[in-house]
Amino acid sequence: MAVEERDKHSGYMTTGHVWNGIKELNTPVPRPVWLFLIGTALFSFVYWLLMPAWPVGVTYTKGLLGIDQRTTVAENLKAAALARSEWTQRIESGSFKEIQADPHLMTAVRQTGHRLFVDNCAVCHGTDAKGGKGYPNLTTTSWLWGGEPEQIAETIRVGINSAHPDTRVSQMPAVGRDQMMPGKDIPKVVRYVLGLSDPAAAKDMPAGEREAARTLFEANCAACHGEDAKGKIEMGAPDLTDRFWIYGGDQQSVLATIWDGRQGHMPTWEARLSPVERKILTLYLVDLRAKTP
Amino acid sequence: MLAQLTRDERLNALIILFVVAACGVAMMIAGQGDPLGLHGGVVLAAAVLGIFGVVAGYYAPEPSEARFSQYYDDPSKIGIILAMGWAVFGMFIGDWVAWLLVYPDLTFDAGWSSFGRIRPVHTTAVIFGFGGNALIATSFHVLQRTSGARLPDQLLPWFVLFGYNLFCLLAVTGYMMGITQSKEYAEPEWYADLWLVVVWVAYFILYLRTLVRRREPHIYVANWYYMAFILVVAILHIVNGLTLPISLGSAKSYSAFSGVQDAMTQWWYGHNAVAFFLTAGFLGMMYYYLPKRAGRPIFSYRMSIISFWGIVFFYMWAGSHHLHYTALPHWVQTLGMTFSVMLLVPSWASAGNALLTLNGAWHKVRDDATLRFMMVAAVFYGLSTFEGSFMAIRSVNSLSHYTDWTVGHVHAGALGWVALITFGSIYAVVPWLWKRERMYSAGLVEVHFWLAVAGTVIYVFAMWNSGIIQGLMWRTYNESGTLAYSFIDSLVAMRPYYAARAIGGLLFLIGAVVGCYNIWMTVRGVPRAAAEVPAASADPDDPIRQPAE
Ligand code: HEC
Ligand code: HEC
Repeated sequence: MAVEERDKHSGYMTTGHVWNGIKELNTPVPRPVWLFLIGTALFSFVYWLLMPAWPVGVTYTKGLLGIDQRTTVAENLKAAALARSEWTQRIESGSFKEIQADPHLMTAVRQTGHRLFVDNCAVCHGTDAKGGKGYPNLTTTSWLWGGEPEQIAETIRVGINSAHPDTRVSQMPAVGRDQMMPGKDIPKVVRYVLGLSDPAAAKDMPAGEREAARTLFEANCAACHGEDAKGKIEMGAPDLTDRFWIYGGDQQSVLATIWDGRQGHMPTWEARLSPVERKILTLYLVDLRAKTP
Repeated sequence: MLAQLTRDERLNALIILFVVAACGVAMMIAGQGDPLGLHGGVVLAAAVLGIFGVVAGYYAPEPSEARFSQYYDDPSKIGIILAMGWAVFGMFIGDWVAWLLVYPDLTFDAGWSSFGRIRPVHTTAVIFGFGGNALIATSFHVLQRTSGARLPDQLLPWFVLFGYNLFCLLAVTGYMMGITQSKEYAEPEWYADLWLVVVWVAYFILYLRTLVRRREPHIYVANWYYMAFILVVAILHIVNGLTLPISLGSAKSYSAFSGVQDAMTQWWYGHNAVAFFLTAGFLGMMYYYLPKRAGRPIFSYRMSIISFWGIVFFYMWAGSHHLHYTALPHWVQTLGMTFSVMLLVPSWASAGNALLTLNGAWHKVRDDATLRFMMVAAVFYGLSTFEGSFMAIRSVNSLSHYTDWTVGHVHAGALGWVALITFGSIYAVVPWLWKRERMYSAGLVEVHFWLAVAGTVIYVFAMWNSGIIQGLMWRTYNESGTLAYSFIDSLVAMRPYYAARAIGGLLFLIGAVVGCYNIWMTVRGVPRAAAEVPAASADPDDPIRQPAE
């Protein structure tokens, strides 16, 4: 029943089949299609010969070039490490002072440190290291655990309240909630603490009340924060007289800190970053602080 | 709808619905305190709704014998309406996800609206909701026309259509509750997967039962593709869905495969979902509506043959190109790459066959936005298959992998090819199905066309740019020999492109809304021109005829 006919427009015959009015021309497959198919097939055959390609039982054809991605990547990593070792070795063996004095090494520290910091630390401390609520600003001169390169390096290695056995441990107690001090005294202490860094905040505080608050502070807080409230590195307790706040310096935040306590968690990086990487980060932070006005 | 079913079919429908309701109750009981129980409630509600519908029309008069002299098009009509509904929903969510990447706060602090949950809502709604319903609806239409045979009964098509939509509903609501198998494009959990197997087998049986009663001894190319789509999707779905639920009362299951085998199975599935769902099915669509609308014969039957077998054979091997430079052995990657390169030939042959079919009808392409939708779709099909083969080359992939380039590539295919061929086909078939002379407004089809093309182009260019910048940033080293940019640096660089992408997506979404309005006005039968409504279908080659014996 197939009746072939000639298509007037193209001049080709149809196949004679009709489906609800649709017909097909019996046009031969254009030559370029065949050439193209042969070309891609040839490419594939050659590629199979050269590279690992076909499974044979429990093994596979290895290819004439003897290339394998595992060895390639291992070699690339080795070569890259070797190229970097020119300066990484000097960082590893040099003292902080020596490295800081070497502009060539410090260029590498700045370039690599930025990438390392933003990839590992920025989620908490911000891309500019200026921190955010609950996460300290690392560009200030006010350090919980000390700002000497050795001290910073140790903080990064073991973390704070972390899972590391040598972790730095600190805690701001829940003075209000645990009733370490009569609740009615707490607002006084809050104002006193605010006045330490910003005298205007405690300006209209009666002198007697201020004295009472100072006594309370010395009795309850100075053990950790120091008599002068300038913080104690051994306790990881912050300086309360500067303008930097981890948890906010408004009345509500300070009240919350003293009432409920605080305990920040900083992960340990010993298992995740190499000694050189940690050293680079330390130098990066020291350099960043020096550059921050 | 129900008046079309015989008394026996209504009874069978009730039985099926009661079984489904019982499954829902069983899920509710077994899955107490688990999301499975909630899904049991969804299943029960769907079944009860169906039961009410059937009972209400149970005693309506039976359909007359005259139905046998007509094709059965009601499921196609409902399928197209469902497809458009899913399109608007899925594209809305997609654009939301796009804006979310520009403004991360747009989750409004809710769990269900986080990126990880609404992204699969988007992909499932557009691929399976929009694409799948459009494929089912058009396949019923094309199958009957090209076979000259009516669908074998009035119940099975509804079972397939509504069963399929229940699956989509379970999938989408599940993601928002956090239910997922964590396999891309195969996220639904085991119980939804099992249900889809039942529905899909019914679909295949329905197809075969109609096809064996065809009048023309040869099977038309469109049906080769539709059949490949149905058969292979079944195989892929079953194999990749092999999982063990942690208990019958839990939605959670674990894959039967582990490690790199699991990854390979997933991407064998994933890439063939692109091949057999998003390519073969829509080629079936193109092979019917394009020559029909153009009024031209297919350029070359012989080229159809090599394209079909080329696509079916080569695609099966290509999945491993999704796992270049991973734990997957090198030799598997080689095979994936080389077969992807060879795959370009049949892909381009298909696109070329479509475009050459338009020879002698280019004036129509100029004047008729519906045909232009299909023509541009074929062009995008050619472009994105070229891009796909190119990206499958390992060294290119080392730049493109994990970047937005992949997202751009997918959308060149999904918007440019799949959605455009679907809209073109829908604009062709709606007047035929509802027996209108033409669409309500040719002007609005034109508007939709330009919105869709502009949206696609903006989207794809934005993602090419961002993807290549991203890929380059990730591999740039400074003089010290360490990486020059952090990951966050690359995110900051992406932001303007993400905004552009979201705008492109918005244009595409607006186009779909315009399309819905146009279709709705056509269905409501308000002919723009005051021409008399023709009694028969506007398709001149579609005489109402007796199905083959
Ligand atoms: C999960 C969040 C988090 C990440 C990631 C993190 N930190 Fe911290 N870091 C903290 C918190 C919280 C503190 C303050 C702990 C406290 O308040 O007692 C802190 C404190 C520090 C301190 C001590 C500051 C001082 O005043 O003594 C240093 C130094 C530091 N971080 C460096 C780093 C570096 C370098 C990285 C990346 C390798 C990093 N941090 C990553 C949360 C984080
Ligand atoms: C056991 C030691 C300890 C005692 C006692 C203690 N603190 Fe603290 N305090 C800390 C530590 C450690 C921190 C830092 C917590 C952190 O960063 O996670 C801290 C933090 C604070 C802060 C927050 C500083 C910021 O930058 O946001 C305030 C305010 C404060 N303490 C006030 C007080 C007051 C007032 C008292 C007395 C009522 C007191 N603390 C008693 C250890 C102590």
